[in-house]
Amino acid sequence: MSETAIEMVDVNKWFGTFHVLKDINLSVKTGERVVICGPSGSGKSTVVRCINRLEEHQKGVIRVDGVELTNDPKSVAAIRSDVGMVFQQFNLFPHLTVLENLTLGPIKARGMAKAEAVSRAMHYLNRVHIPDQAHKRPGQLSGGQQQRVAIARSLCMEPKVLLFDEPTSALDPEMISEVLDVMVALADEGMTMIVVTHEMGFARKVADNMIFMDEGQVVETGPPETFFDAPRSARCQQFLSQILEH
Amino acid sequence: MRRAILLLIPLLVLSGCSSSSTWGWYVINPMTESGWINVRFLISGMGDTILISVIAAVISIVLGLIVALPGLAKSRGWRLVNRVYVELVRSIPLLPMLFWVFYGLPIVFREFGMNVPIDPFWGAIITLALSDSAFTAEIYRAGIQSIAKGQTEAAQTIGLNYVQTMRYVILPQAIRRILPPLANQFIYIVKMSAFASVIGMQELTRRANELVVTEYRPLEIYSLLVLEYLVLVLIISAGVRWLERRMGSDERG
Repeated sequence: MSETAIEMVDVNKWFGTFHVLKDINLSVKTGERVVICGPSGSGKSTVVRCINRLEEHQKGVIRVDGVELTNDPKSVAAIRSDVGMVFQQFNLFPHLTVLENLTLGPIKARGMAKAEAVSRAMHYLNRVHIPDQAHKRPGQLSGGQQQRVAIARSLCMEPKVLLFDEPTSALDPEMISEVLDVMVALADEGMTMIVVTHEMGFARKVADNMIFMDEGQVVETGPPETFFDAPRSARCQQFLSQILEH
Repeated sequence: MRRAILLLIPLLVLSGCSSSSTWGWYVINPMTESGWINVRFLISGMGDTILISVIAAVISIVLGLIVALPGLAKSRGWRLVNRVYVELVRSIPLLPMLFWVFYGLPIVFREFGMNVPIDPFWGAIITLALSDSAFTAEIYRAGIQSIAKGQTEAAQTIGLNYVQTMRYVILPQAIRRILPPLANQFIYIVKMSAFASVIGMQELTRRANELVVTEYRPLEIYSLLVLEYLVLVLIISAGVRWLERRMGSDERG
């Protein structure tokens, strides 16, 4: 894997006439943990969704592990196999068991033998501390457990980069920490991560680099110490004071 | 007022049983030899009614999906293909379509140098399947669109392609939701199969017509005919309920 995992150069995106992303420049090194925060509607989710082509950007260049993201289905497939994604709403497949959720990608997309896929799935279920739920359906699990299954499902594809789109925003407060603990453990193992979140405690603990977005632009970046203790822009100061107040 | 009319119906039947001048249930009385022969004759159309309906329904379920998928595409051209098919096919009444398929389609085939005779059996199946497929396609489209977009996105991020996403993620969930309307369509096919009698298919309705011509007892014979359809539809309903319970329990876990 090259030194730079993800690179965005002057990326622009419009939803119809609405300019969601304005000249986004971003570089994430291998093994780096980046946390993106900002008010809702600032485009932070869209940035993450552009990286694995769930949204299409109209201008600029996105490279993942040196491969440029284009309309060519091959480049999209290549990039998606390197990039895992964890969603706010978990998006587990409700008609499949936890184990089937985890093995579907390896078996169908990668052509892995079933036995191997199952042992890999059990390995990652152990990592997220719920091997005993393997044969239940997602609907029988708590939100926190579902999100941990979703993380394990991404890990089963052995991605080089993991994207998190507000992974704890749909959870009851008492379940947030069990998900964050799993994410901290992943970060400690050197996983390259981009996390959109408002969990500032997590950000302070884990992030190598903070990004603050507002109105489709990157307003401020920096290591967490300077970002939290001495934010330069007024907009960022205001945002931080609002969410850290409570 | 309505209740009074409802009460009148069984009264009519009961009074009819006693005064044989207006009612002649003897034509289909299974206790007499001639009556039993008539009943067996009427019921003998059941096999073809079921066969036509089941084959037409299977074709319609497959064809409907094939028609529905372009309707969900991003490209306007594909969506237009779906629109034209649905609007055209569902606007043709069944009887004219039956005539067109049975009498017209062989001529079209002959124009292209193919000798494809269409017998009443396949004429009825093709017509029912075509006509129904436009409705099935709309049911599929609604069912697939009702599955949250996040499901497709999650499938994409674990590397599944379009066909795999449909096959393993979207359709298994959509089918559960569209089972009730699909069952409706199947019942509709069973009832519409009666039109096949017009082109000479020896199914339930045709048998009844034939018997009426020899026995001159339309009320009694058509009453039994109605009962035959009722029994068929009730069996289908029970089957679908059972299927729904089995599949529904899956999603709830």
